[in-house]
Amino acid sequence: MKPLPWIVVFVVLFALVPAGGVWGAGISYEKGEPLPGLSLPVPQDPGAKKYLGLSGAGHFTPADVTAPVLLVQIFSMYCPHCQRDAGNVNAFYRLMEEDPGVRGKIRVIGIGAGNSPYEVQVFRETYGVPFPLFSDGNYEMHKKFGEVRTPFYIGLRKDDQGVPRIFFTRVGGIENPREFLDFLIIESGLEVKKP
Amino acid sequence: MMKKILTGVAAFIFLGVAVTAFGLSDVYEKNVYDAGSLKPVDSVLKVRVGDKAPDFSLPSIDGKTVTLSDFRGKKNVVLSFVPAAWTPVCSDQWPGYNFARKIFESRDAVLLGISVDNVPTLFAWTNQMGDLWFPVLSDFWPHGAVADRYGVLRSSGVAERAIFIIDKKGVIRYIDVHDINVRPPLESIVKALDGLQ
Repeated sequence: MKPLPWIVVFVVLFALVPAGGVWGAGISYEKGEPLPGLSLPVPQDPGAKKYLGLSGAGHFTPADVTAPVLLVQIFSMYCPHCQRDAGNVNAFYRLMEEDPGVRGKIRVIGIGAGNSPYEVQVFRETYGVPFPLFSDGNYEMHKKFGEVRTPFYIGLRKDDQGVPRIFFTRVGGIENPREFLDFLIIESGLEVKKP
Repeated sequence: MMKKILTGVAAFIFLGVAVTAFGLSDVYEKNVYDAGSLKPVDSVLKVRVGDKAPDFSLPSIDGKTVTLSDFRGKKNVVLSFVPAAWTPVCSDQWPGYNFARKIFESRDAVLLGISVDNVPTLFAWTNQMGDLWFPVLSDFWPHGAVADRYGVLRSSGVAERAIFIIDKKGVIRYIDVHDINVRPPLESIVKALDGLQ
């Protein structure tokens, strides 16, 4: 039998790199897995509450959000990349809201790692962030996510049983809002009607 | 043949690691030294609220010299001592203050960032933060002399993570020698500045 050239061995080995996993500082997020531990207070702002489809008080989980896709952004007011990313995130949000085929199907929330409610509010006001932001002042959520670097994105898509499952994760900012939205639609499997 | 296979496997492992590391990239990727958890405070204050702030002149990373007393009668001054460049909490703290420029300016305050690192180190470090609107000062030589005069020089030779707020009369109105492992919340500074109005 003719021996395999080493480059073939190399290519085969490289193809075995897990395609769905992204590593934080200690956690591997696998595509298709649920996201454990994400629990946040129901926002008291009526607009934010309506946007997420929530009611009452207490806490909510991604399963409680009515939209089929939830994009979770981990950010920090103190993170230069997050500051630079803010404009593109807002542009991405506007693209969604202006597209009748997408509007209402993807919801976005931001979690301020190590940021007090005041610091989150300063970030919101400075950049005019239109989606709900939450304080994670004691890094409780951030630790559950493996103390990832910021900005960090987690995309969740509800399965047929309504269980939100990870369909992508990403470290780093949104460089092109249009491409990012197209990527989200494809990766999540959302059915979007073209106008 | 076996040698070639081993070479391929080694290349695979190297590239795999490289790809993974690149995926974790952010502004300080690989450039922050984590000293671990330290004794929260390791110095004894030499000034108190109500004291005249000890004057100093320190070199700035823009090549100028900044003198505290030059602000007397003109601006409130927030001194932000941080322990060291290229460390985790410090690398976050000043970008946040950079972002909060309006908060300082609307309260007629300037911010002076101070570390015991030398000017070239501070220059390289703060370049990662974007364009800082406030002066970054080096208390490198005589080593930590200003930090020592305020009583915030730790036994290891770095400064505490400390905030001093000095009013337009040059009087210290607020001191927070914070746990070195934790970033002081922005609102504590804002509240203290509001108290000067």
